[in-house]
Amino acid sequence: MSNPNSASISQLVWLGLGAVGAFFLLMLVLNWASASTSGEQSLGSVDYASNSITLALEQEPPQLDSSRSTDSVSGIILGHVMEGLLRVDGNNKLVPGVAERWEITSTGAKFWLRDNARWSDGSQVTAHDFIFAWQTVINPVTASQYAFFLYPLKNAEAINSRGMAMDQLGARALDDLTIELEFENPISYFDKLLAFSTYFPIKESFFNSTRGRYGSDADTMLYNGPFVITQWVHSAQLRAKKNPHYWDKDSIGLDAINWSYITADTTAKLNLFKDNRIAMVQLDAETLESALYNKWNIKQFADGTIFYIEFNHRDGRLTTNYHLRRAMQLVSNSSELVYKVIKLPGNLPGMSLFPSWQMGENKLFQLEYPTPEHRVDIDEAKRHLEIARQELGLSSFPPLVMLSSDSPTARKQSEYYQNVFKRTLGLEIKIDQQIFKQRLAKMLAGEFDVVMGGWGPDYEDPLTFADLFASWNIQNRGRYNNPALDKQVRIAQGSLNQAERMRAFGAIQDILYHDSVVIPNYERGRIYVVDPRVKGLVRRITGADPDFSRAYLVDKDSNISKGDSKVAAN
Amino acid sequence: MRAYLLKRIVQGIITVWFIASATFVAMHNVPGDPLMDEKATTEEIRKNLMQKYGLDKSLFEQYIIYLKNMSQGDFGISFTQQNRQVNDIIREHFPVSAALGILAITFAAFGGILWGALTALYRNRLPDIVIMFLVILGVSVPSFVFAALGQLSIVSVNNLVGFSLIPVAGWGTIWHMLVPSMVLGMSTMAYLTRLMRSSMLEVVNTDYIRTAKSKGLPATQIFLQHQLRNAVLPVITVLGPAIAAITTGGFVVEMVFAIPGLGRYFVEAVQQLDYTVIMGTTVFYGAFLVFMVIIVDVIYGFIDPRVRVG
Amino acid sequence: MTENSYRAQAGDFNPIIADHRIQGISRPSLSYWQDAWLRLKANARAMVSLYIVIALLFFTIAGPYIWTVDPAFQDLDQVSQPPNIDRKATLIKPYPIWDGSTGTVDVKDSETLYLAQAANTESVRLLWHVMPGAEGYRLYRNIFPFEQGQSMGLPLFTTFSPQNRLFEDLLDLTPRTFYYTLVALNATGQETSEVVNIAVEVQRVLTIEQAVSKGLVDSAEEVDVGDVVYLKLHPMGTDYLGRDMLARLMYGARISLFIGIFAPLIFVSFGVLYGSTAGFMGGKIDQVLMRFSDFVVALPFLLFMILFKIAFGIGPGESGVMPMLIAMVVLSWPSTARLVRGQILQIREEGYIAASRLLGAKSRYLIMRHMIPNTMGVILVTITFAVPSAIFTEAFLSFIGMGVAPPTPSWGSMCFEGIKTMLTHPHELIFPALLISITVLAFNLLGDGLRDALDAKMRSRE
Repeated sequence: MSNPNSASISQLVWLGLGAVGAFFLLMLVLNWASASTSGEQSLGSVDYASNSITLALEQEPPQLDSSRSTDSVSGIILGHVMEGLLRVDGNNKLVPGVAERWEITSTGAKFWLRDNARWSDGSQVTAHDFIFAWQTVINPVTASQYAFFLYPLKNAEAINSRGMAMDQLGARALDDLTIELEFENPISYFDKLLAFSTYFPIKESFFNSTRGRYGSDADTMLYNGPFVITQWVHSAQLRAKKNPHYWDKDSIGLDAINWSYITADTTAKLNLFKDNRIAMVQLDAETLESALYNKWNIKQFADGTIFYIEFNHRDGRLTTNYHLRRAMQLVSNSSELVYKVIKLPGNLPGMSLFPSWQMGENKLFQLEYPTPEHRVDIDEAKRHLEIARQELGLSSFPPLVMLSSDSPTARKQSEYYQNVFKRTLGLEIKIDQQIFKQRLAKMLAGEFDVVMGGWGPDYEDPLTFADLFASWNIQNRGRYNNPALDKQVRIAQGSLNQAERMRAFGAIQDILYHDSVVIPNYERGRIYVVDPRVKGLVRRITGADPDFSRAYLVDKDSNISKGDSKVAAN
Repeated sequence: MRAYLLKRIVQGIITVWFIASATFVAMHNVPGDPLMDEKATTEEIRKNLMQKYGLDKSLFEQYIIYLKNMSQGDFGISFTQQNRQVNDIIREHFPVSAALGILAITFAAFGGILWGALTALYRNRLPDIVIMFLVILGVSVPSFVFAALGQLSIVSVNNLVGFSLIPVAGWGTIWHMLVPSMVLGMSTMAYLTRLMRSSMLEVVNTDYIRTAKSKGLPATQIFLQHQLRNAVLPVITVLGPAIAAITTGGFVVEMVFAIPGLGRYFVEAVQQLDYTVIMGTTVFYGAFLVFMVIIVDVIYGFIDPRVRVG
Repeated sequence: MTENSYRAQAGDFNPIIADHRIQGISRPSLSYWQDAWLRLKANARAMVSLYIVIALLFFTIAGPYIWTVDPAFQDLDQVSQPPNIDRKATLIKPYPIWDGSTGTVDVKDSETLYLAQAANTESVRLLWHVMPGAEGYRLYRNIFPFEQGQSMGLPLFTTFSPQNRLFEDLLDLTPRTFYYTLVALNATGQETSEVVNIAVEVQRVLTIEQAVSKGLVDSAEEVDVGDVVYLKLHPMGTDYLGRDMLARLMYGARISLFIGIFAPLIFVSFGVLYGSTAGFMGGKIDQVLMRFSDFVVALPFLLFMILFKIAFGIGPGESGVMPMLIAMVVLSWPSTARLVRGQILQIREEGYIAASRLLGAKSRYLIMRHMIPNTMGVILVTITFAVPSAIFTEAFLSFIGMGVAPPTPSWGSMCFEGIKTMLTHPHELIFPALLISITVLAFNLLGDGLRDALDAKMRSRE
């Protein structure tokens, strides 16, 4: 058979052509059969005909029920389709949302709602919708993980966890358009909470009609924000169009936003952007260089999340020893970590628990209360280590356990620190890398010596960071217990005097450094590129980020290529 | 025949029960807690959640409830997507994985048979050597490398032609299916090409080909009706296991190409320790595979008279 | 003495001296294994594969003794470096922290943006004069020369204070030319058209102290400022933490090949034991054992691999190799068990077994003399083919983030890390992927060769 006859070959060619045809036919059939999961034909990153943009989402939003949602992806979508009493504008200022005006005192607050706010079914957004939403959040049956956001309201905590009757809640609708609130304790940052998704309204009659499926599909939700979701194909895409009933619809520049791709794979997203399929892509250290070679306009934004190393202060742990912690603190060099290992511009070396953008009383907090100066000093560190060894009565140090997450950056970070402690102090570190939920369980149970932690602000007040190491805070994974720190936290929580509060935050910053409670690693910066034809993107530290709700397209004829635009909206 | 079928089905059901129990045991030995979240929850909120998912009951009770619900085809509510039924998740995402799998296996089978036949015809000459070299690459390169290269080549092709000829990622049109299914079917195709080639060479030396030749049948007829047809048989017999491997092996392709299939869902659920989704998906896939094998066995009986079921 | 009158003599009754030439076999007698070996030797592809496998084992076992670089050592001066790059570094004096003073370079009034000191890999210190109308500044760094209307590169620094006119760049400095662009910002923080730029040649430098602590020179006395030293050699480049790729590939081979070879060895041995017990015992025991293996076969492999992997968990400092190995063994043995059982059942019916029994052979003898040697070929082939799939499974698990824990390297996890930078640093993907491919290929071809050589029934045509 070594001499093939031409007849056989031509037969094979025909068979091959037939196979190709059959393959395509099969594709058509299967495409039709799995149609429920495939949306409409996807558009380009910017589509002038429909005045819309296309984007990618990091993951499928677990649910869009604002009373239960906790994750950032749901936060992005909710920020586009819902509106609370107040909202945060493009300059990070609180502006009126559903509430037209408001009044906050030390004991309570009062809100007057605008009469032209509408749900997407045309009905009015009333005070009752807010009260119902908040009651749902703190109702123990809902089991909302963010119920604590409402704890500033009088009796909210008691209702949520101690079974007090719902009618005791310190929130009442005086009439259809007026809400009156009573606080549990004086609180100085309450207005900043109101733009958060847990405070969004829910219409009671609609909620009940969904029979427990509220927020699980496009048609089991009612919207009062700039956009409404028209199609939600799970794990595949989410489409939203402009809400014709939205009270401020004239300031909305896009007719539709399509989140057409759901993937966490940065390479895939980079390829999609390169192919003009999505209008924005976030870059990481790996994809950054490709962006540079493609000459895209790279932008940066500090998202406010702080990463740090925490110690375990539970009895029996070596890390309860101050000198050991001090030694580890003295050898860590966050500048080397950021500039040589993480290598993303926009990430800043961590200096303090409070991020660099944090405002103090009048100017930046770090200008008012400078961070204690930190110098790497290996000899001094070795001296402390020796004291620690003697105090602990050890002949040599056993390996310390470092708990870490499985994200690529955390992996780099923990391998880097393992090497640093080994190289400088001769300390053996065992990395304990766990998937998300297992890491959380181990953190809560205290099964670690040091843990790579991080914290993104919930609201824009230094308190969101300052109370992390209060002895009663459940986020205090290492069970750090220092009455001096607790005292300052209580001052910051209870006082309405900004100067006094800032002094307390300054004191907390000092305690955290001098008692070696945390080793700050870095302040996260985000590096991203946006299609230059899209303007008006807002990046923000809390709430929906990135926010395209007030974005618009530049004129079609201005003919901008990806490298052209010079204007940085941020 | 009917008795045989009945016996196989009963066996299948017991196997599914075994899979379900193994999944349950494995799942409940996993350290960690699906109810944890980045922001720690208070004891009270936790208790409320435990009650909602029935995690406050004894393990044995949970097992009984689990089996009972499963026998009624109810896999429960997802932990991460608290308003969604696992059944809905499977119903929405399995067709995607299945479509991808079917296309991949078709691609692999067509490709394998054609290339295999071609290499056999050109034995030890240039086309044979080239194709066999590619086949060797096909079986020895990890799938994720193929997937990444596949996506990269789409981008290059699109850049070359100046517009989006083929979508880079996502799902929706037939063009979205093309490259992922080819990537997924690649290694199976390579394997089938080898199998087809040796099968062809074996058939050449059989008596019935010799007889056909000596009868003076036209070469075309011999090739198509005798040689190709008989050589394909062993290839078909390995398709059954290959279907199973491809349908569950689509994780990587689904992740790289952002395809909303069940495989990607499973990996994400594992990261989140979403008990109900993990158990539901595993049992569903297990049952699917068990009954696929039964169906394939029965179909062989019809195709190949030498393997009569009985 | 005629022919008819033969008379027997005493000598006639002596036994004939055995002539070995008659019974002798003209060719040397070959045992089964010798025969197989001859056949294998004739198969060029299989032999080449065998040599590759031996070379791989040598690379894995002896490699780390020859290339004694510590795979955990982080050379942060050479992060993600491809092989064969310039390793020259100039020694400098200790580097003081910059307080913003102008340093050694004269202030040039002619240039708006200028360097405070010669740029080097430790830092690039930039100063600038007031730009007209600037209420703030943003500094970019690019790898391409400035071009009007094109991207200016990475935004390094933004300030809204016009007094703030200096910046120290520390970010990932490599010896090459960088193009810095300074843009003036207006009162609302928007970029204006006021742009200045500068091209900066970055020199690789080390302080003497660093050179000593990195072990590049023996003592500080030996060298002087301005001397040239050579950074550590990395023949295959470095990874994302500046670790030596070659050393990591060698240690990664230990993990990958450990899983790839030991898992098949263990599950095949267990399968052989299980299958031969079932096959030899027969009857009810056979039924029960085989039914159980049917159950295990039905478990979806990859799903249960992942499930078992997280159920076993990985403790602190553990690599996670053992859980992976155990999961693989637990899920993979039944196919071998079935195969061996089939073989045993077949052999049991062979004529030579019946003959052996008639001659009074005991079970033990039958198993040792006939059953095992006759199934050995099949078993060896099964192991060889199981190696590639075990290696692939490890790589796959690493790819979806369920692989070995850091800092343990494995080829799969190295691929996983390398795949993201396959365009910019291809060497981080190519080397581990190539090793996986070569190993898989070698074992596949060796398996083919062994099958042809050992098992007449399974012999393929090609």
